[in-house]
Amino acid sequence: MTETAGTNTAGGVTCRPRIVAFAGNPNTGKSTLFNAFTGLRQHTGNWPGKTVTVTRGRFRFRGVNYIAVDLPGTYSLLPNSPEERLAKDFIFSDLYDVVVVVTDATCLERNLALALQILEVTDKVVVCVNLIDEARSKGLRVNTEALSRMLGVPTVATSARDGEGLPALMDAIESVITGRTATRPLKLKYTSEIEGQLRRIAGWLGPTGLVDGKLRGVSVQLLCGECDVLDVLRSSNRIVECLGKLDEGRRIRRECSVNAVSR
Amino acid sequence: MLAIGYYIGGEAMSILPLASLPVGREATVRYVSPDAPSYRRILDLGLVGGTKVKVIRSSPFGDPRAYLVRGAVVALRREDAQAIMVEVTDE
Repeated sequence: MTETAGTNTAGGVTCRPRIVAFAGNPNTGKSTLFNAFTGLRQHTGNWPGKTVTVTRGRFRFRGVNYIAVDLPGTYSLLPNSPEERLAKDFIFSDLYDVVVVVTDATCLERNLALALQILEVTDKVVVCVNLIDEARSKGLRVNTEALSRMLGVPTVATSARDGEGLPALMDAIESVITGRTATRPLKLKYTSEIEGQLRRIAGWLGPTGLVDGKLRGVSVQLLCGECDVLDVLRSSNRIVECLGKLDEGRRIRRECSVNAVSR
Repeated sequence: MLAIGYYIGGEAMSILPLASLPVGREATVRYVSPDAPSYRRILDLGLVGGTKVKVIRSSPFGDPRAYLVRGAVVALRREDAQAIMVEVTDE
């Protein structure tokens, strides 16, 4: 049997290559990681907005074909630039099998904000604590097992530069894609007022048939006034109705303003 | 902008815009005005209520300035720092 490039054969059934998206804050080593996997000599640099388009590359692992997607660096799923919007749109799409959230071990706390947002959208997540060598030289230790338990998804420490942790990361990616590892993503609980509004919005979106995980992510986007997330649901005519209620969402958010957003 | 002073239990507490906090001082974020030009970005960087923030250094003309937030150094423009109300907690 001849194997066509870019397809997988498992049990005689041919399926498409698995798609692995790399997301994360700027300067966390996403592109270095991407290069380590794909062997592409993609340019890596250290200035804002470096990754302006989505770069893709292929690799194989245990006889399975994968496509790696290097998303632009972003601090948040509430975008502030076209690059961040692109990353957000991709996360809300159905275009990937797993998303690897690449974080900077030297300032993990800030990086985990994006991880939490992504966990609100999908349960196909692996968290990669990158730059672990830099953290070590600063005297920082990261307990990835505890982090993994808290986040409910596999968490792997890596140093993409010297290849440390990459086999373990690949293993985690494979186990999430195949379902060998069942993830149980941490869902933030907001104040009762915000939770009430999220339930209302989720109610409007009910007929769109969004799966539970993504429903919450979309509801949060709408509550934050990010209407364009509805593009992913364009087929539903309930959207028109939702749009009319968005202003109210904006007002409510303004009232619960500030500090409710993150804790 | 003026610092707003108020008293709790006889102790003087001062709430002031982050932009008015001197270099080297640390404070705790109490409120971020949604009118800040980069409101979302400020929250995304972890500057939410209860977060400790320290003024690390200032550029030659005092704008922008560098702040230490949750282990990361971030630069904020004056107009953004003006919208972040903090309470001095390092004394």
